[in-house]
Amino acid sequence: MPDSQDKLLEVNNLTKYFPITQGIIFQRKVADVKAVDGLSFFIRKGETLGLVGESGCGKSTTGRTILQLYRPTAGEVFFQGKNLAKMQSEELRKMRRNMQMIFQDPYASLNPRMTVGDIIGEPLEVHHIAKGKEKKERVQELLQIVGLNPYFVNRYPHEFSGGQRQRIGVARALAVNPAFIVCDEPISALDVSIQAQIINLLEELQQKFNLTYLFIAHDLSVVRHISDRVAVMYLGKIVELTDRTSLYKSPLHPYTKALLSAVPIPDPVVEEKRERIILVGDVPSPVNPPSGCRFHTRCPLAIDICKKMDPEFRDVGNLHFVACHVV
Amino acid sequence: MLALMWRRFTKHKPAMLSLLILAIIVIGCVLAPLVVGYDPYNAPVELRRQPPSLAHLFGTDELGRDLLMRIWVGGRVSLVIGVAAMVISISIGTLVGALAGFYGGWLDNGLMRFNDFMLALPHLFILLLAAQLLRTLNVPEISGGPLPIIVIIGALSWMGAARLVRGQFLSLKAKEFVEAARVAGAQNHRIMWRHILPNAASPIIVAATLRVGNAIMTESTLSFLGFGIQPPMPTWGNMLKNAQSQMTLAPWVAIFPGLFIFAAVVAINYVGDGLRDALDPQHVE
Repeated sequence: MPDSQDKLLEVNNLTKYFPITQGIIFQRKVADVKAVDGLSFFIRKGETLGLVGESGCGKSTTGRTILQLYRPTAGEVFFQGKNLAKMQSEELRKMRRNMQMIFQDPYASLNPRMTVGDIIGEPLEVHHIAKGKEKKERVQELLQIVGLNPYFVNRYPHEFSGGQRQRIGVARALAVNPAFIVCDEPISALDVSIQAQIINLLEELQQKFNLTYLFIAHDLSVVRHISDRVAVMYLGKIVELTDRTSLYKSPLHPYTKALLSAVPIPDPVVEEKRERIILVGDVPSPVNPPSGCRFHTRCPLAIDICKKMDPEFRDVGNLHFVACHVV
Repeated sequence: MLALMWRRFTKHKPAMLSLLILAIIVIGCVLAPLVVGYDPYNAPVELRRQPPSLAHLFGTDELGRDLLMRIWVGGRVSLVIGVAAMVISISIGTLVGALAGFYGGWLDNGLMRFNDFMLALPHLFILLLAAQLLRTLNVPEISGGPLPIIVIIGALSWMGAARLVRGQFLSLKAKEFVEAARVAGAQNHRIMWRHILPNAASPIIVAATLRVGNAIMTESTLSFLGFGIQPPMPTWGNMLKNAQSQMTLAPWVAIFPGLFIFAAVVAINYVGDGLRDALDPQHVE
């Protein structure tokens, strides 16, 4: 259970394995994709936790498992003091009023056969918050909040640009006044010129409605800009988690260091001196992850123990968590 | 959206022509019996087997009844059977396919094995058996009429639609907008019918169109074999059966109903084809 009241979300040992099955009629499990493997962290009320990592490291799965779009294989998700992982579907459905999600692809996440009014109004309708005229007014208000013309209610998604569609997605997430929003790479499918607009909108809304974000991204600069604290994932595990300043100023985990060294610096003089840590090899398969520390196959600092023992995810002071034997 | 589809449809020449033919047939079936003054059931016997003339455009049959008139009246029955059987078949198919595709697992396995079982049955045999059975039961209000035929055809022809709908549901349920609906708090039934089904509508509409043609064919086959609609109520199929014995004496009695079955079925299939092209978002012109 969360020990203090200001934790909105607490995740303990969250695990999601996707079974790989063989056979058509009689399916048997041959292996697991260990997409998320034993995550523990918390998010405070009103803060933004950034979640970064390479493609395929389990960031999105983490977000979806927290919201119970995938039921976790193991672990607990305490949201407002209640364990979502144990909830039955109807109880969970009612709980969805308080937690929403903004999706990555603004083209795939809006039903092409529904009007904007129906899309944004859906959460209002299914939770019996508003219907009819009241619903329409609320939708128009939401459109205004996200910077769209309220006159758009009767239009279809295909009439909008990517940035506008993402604003519709944001309005849908806001409709029920949630406490918590998972932003699953909300800007990576957008043009660079639009990205900043959406980021600013998300920040503005956070202030206005006291929202808590889990912000999933692979762009380190964006995460640095928007997050209060940042978690770095590698192959289904969090390797480092701390506040933004210490992560970017003094990263401890060799993987974090390698990631940060890949970010270009917008100053030619400094950029010249930037030392890139180039990791060798590819990300191993999550079906059969390396023994011990999952990063040891590519780690420049790896020693013997790394191959044998999974490092503990421990607090090295000031809530700076890191999972590494060498640090 | 609709305007775009119509524009694409109008570019499909055979489909447009077919739509025109279908329109003529439907309008004829609906209006002609109200306007033209021949009785499709009773006629003076001395007029029997008259070749086509100005008074009787398609000639008369062995009882002297005007053939064109009987084709219009029979067309009503045939078209109603076609459309009604399609509605039954598509409804069952959509329900079965949607449940199987959406829920997956053992429900999917069970429903699809039942589907395979239904497909493996020899259809004509079952149709004849069921028709015969209904006739033996002999409920006066419905025997010999269109209702049993509609039910039999509908209940034996939903399997293709079920497979089609299942496939659509399988691919659509993995889309992000379905996930978004779940996050919004939508219940399963709402996700199935409000989110997935409208996106699967295009192929279902096409399949439904083609089903009408097939049902008309099946009805004709049944009636031709004597298990369908019983005379004197005409259908295109039982008119053909009647014509068997008249082939040498009055070939027109066979030719014209056959021609109408052919025209209607071909036209429906082409319209289905045109719809497929018009509704397919991936279609390139």
